Amino acid sequence: MNSPDTTVPPPYPLAGQLRLREPEHRVSRRAVTWWTLRALIGWLVLMIPQLVALLVLPGTGWLAWTLLASAVLGVAHTAVMPTWRYRVHRWETTPQAVYTQAGWINQEWRVAPTSRIQTVDTKRGPLQQALNLATVTVTTASAAGPLHIEGLDHDLAVRLVDELTETTQASKGDAT
Amino acid sequence: MSAPEHTPPTGLDLPAAPPLVEHPEVEWRRLDPRMLVVTPLNSLISLLPVLVGVVLFSSGDWGRLAFGAALVVLVVAAGVVRWLTTRYRITDDQVELHTGWLVRKRLATPRERIRTVDLTAKPAHRLFGLSTVRVGTGRQALGSEAATLALDAVTSAEAERLRQVLLRRPTSARDTPGAPDSPDTPNAPVPPPATVLAAFSPAWLRYAPLSTSGLAAAGALFTTALNLADDLRINLDEVARVRAAVRWLVESPLPVIITTLAGAALVLVLVCSMLVYLVQFWGHRLTREADNTIRARRGLLTTRSVSVKEHQLRGVEVSEPLLVRAGRGARVAAVTTGLGRTGESSLLLPPVPRALAQRVAAAVLRLPTAPTSAPLTRHPRRALARRLVRAVTPVPVLAAALWAAHALAWLPAWPARLALVAVLPAVLLAVDRYRALGHALTDEYLVSRANSVVRRTVALRRTGIIGWRVSQSWFQRRAGLLTLMATTAAGHGGYEVQDVGQTRGLALADAAVPGLLTPFLVPVTGPHQGQDPGEPAGDDQPVRRSAG
Repeated sequence: MNSPDTTVPPPYPLAGQLRLREPEHRVSRRAVTWWTLRALIGWLVLMIPQLVALLVLPGTGWLAWTLLASAVLGVAHTAVMPTWRYRVHRWETTPQAVYTQAGWINQEWRVAPTSRIQTVDTKRGPLQQALNLATVTVTTASAAGPLHIEGLDHDLAVRLVDELTETTQASKGDAT
Repeated sequence: MSAPEHTPPTGLDLPAAPPLVEHPEVEWRRLDPRMLVVTPLNSLISLLPVLVGVVLFSSGDWGRLAFGAALVVLVVAAGVVRWLTTRYRITDDQVELHTGWLVRKRLATPRERIRTVDLTAKPAHRLFGLSTVRVGTGRQALGSEAATLALDAVTSAEAERLRQVLLRRPTSARDTPGAPDSPDTPNAPVPPPATVLAAFSPAWLRYAPLSTSGLAAAGALFTTALNLADDLRINLDEVARVRAAVRWLVESPLPVIITTLAGAALVLVLVCSMLVYLVQFWGHRLTREADNTIRARRGLLTTRSVSVKEHQLRGVEVSEPLLVRAGRGARVAAVTTGLGRTGESSLLLPPVPRALAQRVAAAVLRLPTAPTSAPLTRHPRRALARRLVRAVTPVPVLAAALWAAHALAWLPAWPARLALVAVLPAVLLAVDRYRALGHALTDEYLVSRANSVVRRTVALRRTGIIGWRVSQSWFQRRAGLLTLMATTAAGHGGYEVQDVGQTRGLALADAAVPGLLTPFLVPVTGPHQGQDPGEPAGDDQPVRRSAG
């Protein structure tokens, strides 16, 4: 048992420069609408109280400036974020793993082997229901490891969940 | 013994629940009858300040005395009800606990899911020779307290027996079916010989003042003492000696005042921190039991024993808080499933000399040398630039804000000037944070080190990695860096390799868990994609562990 635990020497087999390739599938085109609506609602929630306070309360002239700043940022965010996200958000499943890419300014890739998947479920908020979209969440035994695929077409999401559940049930063990 | 579960009339077409398996052959047992005394005693100890306040200063007020008496009666009654309504049993495949009177709780934990067993004895428990048994499962902290199964309390001998029975694999041949729970089992296991991996030494006390808990303890003790004096209506001003001392101090020249106060504070911190260290870690003993569990025992007043099944261990974490690092010390924690995410219970060694910490880490993992002491590969210089930007940027922002406040005549000018002085510590912090960054891959472990204030070196068993998270902020993409997180069922759930070169990081992940990332990796083709300026040769050189 007391075999030495030797350091694997770097460099690991490095064949030039590496990057993560893009997962195969994009999310639904309607996700752009969803992200736009979500951003819009968020900014309105921020701006309406400012506007009301500006109009109703005396001596709040400085709120005009914060309102203007919110408006500029809000318009820029709502205009840029959804299409940027749509270019980034992608997903893929293979018999061995689930692979996702998400984010816009900050991006993130997540990989979970199918043998370690514990649960697969879908979630739809009111906006997603109206747009016939769903978010698929794949969890593993790790608290840090859930994979989210946002803005999938609902029918596709259901099929994906069925497929992943089937694959997961085929593998044994408690996935820790 | 319970009424059969009947299906609620939901009208939904739900599949039938699996039948509730009862084991009539295994008898239900109560907690130790001495808990009838201990539970109220513990509650009364925590209520002591209130009771003292009510009774001592009632000055013959019958209403207040009656209130105090009622409180005591209530506490005693609660203890009796708790004892009467709590029963437990250990069947072949699960541990069951029924408790509560108005709100009834029934907890059952499958024995195959048991990862850790934690024995705790508060002072009152110890007085009566009792211990609380807590059973930890692999489930990650979801409403942790409610989900933990705790037997509070049984005799210490029974607790020790339960520890061994519960940590044994239920399929083990030694497990006599049907009878593991009878009180007078003739074949109760004899305490097996254990290998001692570390034992408390008074020399460890020198790390006590270097830990921030000492400072916090000094502050807490000071305020508690003041509060107590206030509660007991002792006016410090009226104590002649205190008054004389204060007068002497106030009338002394400034340097005397400063040295006296600083000296007093230093002595207070030294004494308090050593007391705290002793209370927490007195009698610390880390052992490998004959049944292949790693067991840490410690405590002066409240004794605690945490046992972790060895095959649940996913690695170790060696952490060096800044001051402890300056004193060439380190502490060791287990990376394991089944313990909460809080560091307290997974602690294997308190702050001790670093060399000992590394030796113990190696022994725990059954290796000749600890992976946490492996030579690390440095991260690219670009990571230093990131550390610098992140540490230094807040300083001018703060200074500008303070200067604006000065311009509006809200503040004098000196706070803004003072803020600028913070640039120096910020730079030092950034450099130290960069120097901490490093990673290594050994035959069995992925090793990663980061942070400055609490430098952490984590060795994570490669077979315990159950996924990857790779993240790149906009700045990291431009610098060709990324942060790699190995996700695992143990400990914090994920461990990061911060700001590693893009290619190096991906190759590291690919090598650590062969095959998982391979299908998603491609060579960078175009000159514009994934800018990863070639790793300078210097990046490959292993660095020696920096001497504190």
